[in-house]
Amino acid sequence: MTACAKTIASLILIASFSACTTNYFEVPVETPLEPKIDVSRFQRVLIAGFVTAGSKEIDTNLETARMLKSQLRNNSNLQVIDAEVFQMKIVAERQGTVSRATEEQQEPISTENIEDGLTEDKVSSEENEQDLEAYEHIFANVNYWKQLGEEYQSPLIVTGTIYFAPHQRSGMVNREREIYDSFGRRQVIPLRTYQDRKGYVLSPKFVFIDGNTGATLYTQRNREEILYDAAQNRPALSSYFELMDRLLPSFVGTLSNESIQGVRILLK
Amino acid sequence: MFWAFSRFTILAVVLTASSILVVHADNRSDAKAQVEFGILVAKQELWQEAISRWEQAVKIDPSYAAAWNNLGIACERQGLFDRASDAYEKALNLEPNNIFIQQNYDLFREVNDRLRQNDR
Repeated sequence: MTACAKTIASLILIASFSACTTNYFEVPVETPLEPKIDVSRFQRVLIAGFVTAGSKEIDTNLETARMLKSQLRNNSNLQVIDAEVFQMKIVAERQGTVSRATEEQQEPISTENIEDGLTEDKVSSEENEQDLEAYEHIFANVNYWKQLGEEYQSPLIVTGTIYFAPHQRSGMVNREREIYDSFGRRQVIPLRTYQDRKGYVLSPKFVFIDGNTGATLYTQRNREEILYDAAQNRPALSSYFELMDRLLPSFVGTLSNESIQGVRILLK
Repeated sequence: MFWAFSRFTILAVVLTASSILVVHADNRSDAKAQVEFGILVAKQELWQEAISRWEQAVKIDPSYAAAWNNLGIACERQGLFDRASDAYEKALNLEPNNIFIQQNYDLFREVNDRLRQNDR
């Protein structure tokens, strides 16, 4: 074989190799999600507590505060203040009374009222989601939050309402049914059946307050429900965690930079 | 006379068709060169340069689905979501059965939905 023929052969080989190489390339794509509120001026965050209603099987106020603190410790640059959680329902009731008293006597709101909030929740247990609205005036009480903010060096304050309650729904559901034909072959057929289902509903309203001014910065509402076969006996706490897991990305996304990572395919 | 005319017509048609094909092939190869260079610079994270290459590619050959697809990815990467959506849709219109383009577009829409949800 001459040198020229060898060169031509190697060129053909290179050309055929390059033709066989892939025509697509994977590239990583990261899309940043802007936080919903600018928290750059805050160094600390206080999870004050929540006005709760619904199931008494778990302490929703305590569990929510605990979970949010742990999420913020791991996913934000804010320093989480390790303070006891207030019973916001009692605080709201007292502040409501104090507000009315203030109108009459012009008394300033003292921090004693804040401490009083740490006592046990003695409010009746049979409240529903609408009843929470009666306590929402507390979130607009600028003086109260400003005072609380001063006590904790003007942090970002997280509070709100949490409704967690048993939920029941019956209706048609899709199920799969195994059948065996005359030859003993297994088949799975879709089947629509009427089923009683029960579970829980979680409906939090997170209120973000500027501890410096006492003003509400942002309010976020969510609602999630989970249903199981009525025969299953799911503990309230596990359902609560399952529902909170769905809501946490949205909560964290309010305060900190998140990004969605993925892969796209470039084509030749 | 008639035969001469028809031969001439056939020849003219063939010549026109072949010149169109040659132009199209030239367009495609020029566009392909832009696409390949765009991929090279994109791999170096030079996305703005990649966008300009792929924009040139679709200008040269607007029927080049891969160029539209890549332009969609680059625009998405740069946060230009409306342009990304347009580019992906054009790519899909040109090649509706291309699973790579479909997959890119589905993932883009998922991200875009989350962004819109976040903005609300």
